[in-house]
Amino acid sequence: MSRPEDTLPPDLFYNDHESQKYTTSSRIQTIQTAMTQRALSLLALPYPSLVLDIGCGSGLSGESLTASDHTWIGMDISASMLAVALDRETSGDMFLADIGQGVPFRPGTFDAAISISAIQWLCNADSSDVSATGRLSRFFEGLYAALKRGGKAVLQFYPKNEVQRGMITSAAIRAGFGAGLLEDDPGTKNVKVYLVLTVGAGAEKGGASDVTNVVRGMEGVDVIDERRKGRGGGRGGDGEGRKGSKDWILRKKEQGKNRGKVVKADSKYTGRKRRPAF
Amino acid sequence: MKILTTNFLTCALRACKSHPNSFPLRFRDAELQQDSSPFNAAFISNILPRIDWSALLTTAAELGFTNLPVEKPAVVDEKVGMELHRILIETHVVEGKLVCGNCGHQYAIHQGTANFLLPGHLGISPTPFVWRTGVADIYA
Repeated sequence: MSRPEDTLPPDLFYNDHESQKYTTSSRIQTIQTAMTQRALSLLALPYPSLVLDIGCGSGLSGESLTASDHTWIGMDISASMLAVALDRETSGDMFLADIGQGVPFRPGTFDAAISISAIQWLCNADSSDVSATGRLSRFFEGLYAALKRGGKAVLQFYPKNEVQRGMITSAAIRAGFGAGLLEDDPGTKNVKVYLVLTVGAGAEKGGASDVTNVVRGMEGVDVIDERRKGRGGGRGGDGEGRKGSKDWILRKKEQGKNRGKVVKADSKYTGRKRRPAF
Repeated sequence: MKILTTNFLTCALRACKSHPNSFPLRFRDAELQQDSSPFNAAFISNILPRIDWSALLTTAAELGFTNLPVEKPAVVDEKVGMELHRILIETHVVEGKLVCGNCGHQYAIHQGTANFLLPGHLGISPTPFVWRTGVADIYA
């Protein structure tokens, strides 16, 4: 089957006609619902949660979320798809937004995020002033900040080839996620790839929220665990931005704060040397 | 758009995210609609710790809801829970604009769906030089 993302940008491809066709096809409805159920079982949310639906489209995946008592907020780039969703009176809140431009939410907003057949669109740069890697990293950085600590995201996508798969996974890892790829029906035509992401689970090794535990015991799991354990080396350099200096520490704390991490308050002791007692 | 969502939304411009004026986004010419949905106490108590209470008070006052407690309640009882449910979940803004207090960018809301698409040069610009001179003047 041809790949729609090779023909047109998503906002143009999903016009009124395509959106209607997509939403009313019973085959697509069945597949989407099955994948959403699979994603929800991977998330294993214990209580009614606030969920972000990335590329919510006409709200096919949102229906499953509503049925499991979750409140969802959806983002999609296609106005036609959202119009179909309005006609179908879905219960979630929706936005017209480009996920490649970031995720416009406060740090720590969502319990979880879900995405069904959307993020492969990020691998295409449709104008000369953006790059696919830039769009991917903006998306994953935004998503990382918008999820609460201990939050999870399950993103189902259709990678075109190994290159795309690696590009998406490494962008997620670079943003700080613990990432795992889960494949259903590997090696067949119906292969479904799920990117399972966790936030802030690196501290407690083997903690319940670690991504490797999410998928433990499942078949066909390929875990890529490259979380950084403190960066060695880096820019040695000199001047005021030197690594380990007060300016450097303050800058790093600011960066962490913007990404939604828990950061100690600044004081006059920040970055001071610990002198020997005598 | 639910008031719940407004309490978590920030300006889509990267440079605005860290600025105190940019949150919460202010409603302008808002047209409200009430619907009814089943009260979900577990969800309200799950979401309460993450709600920015002062921002909620600001938004609620702008839209004409004044019977919220001044301090964030520690536990959700029936009365406060129902009030929160009515404001956060059942109140929708169907038409109007959301305005960022820092850059002045206006996000239009139409049929309950907000448009957060940024024009290309704002979306990717890593250096904040355009918005300082006032995006509002350009996109007025």
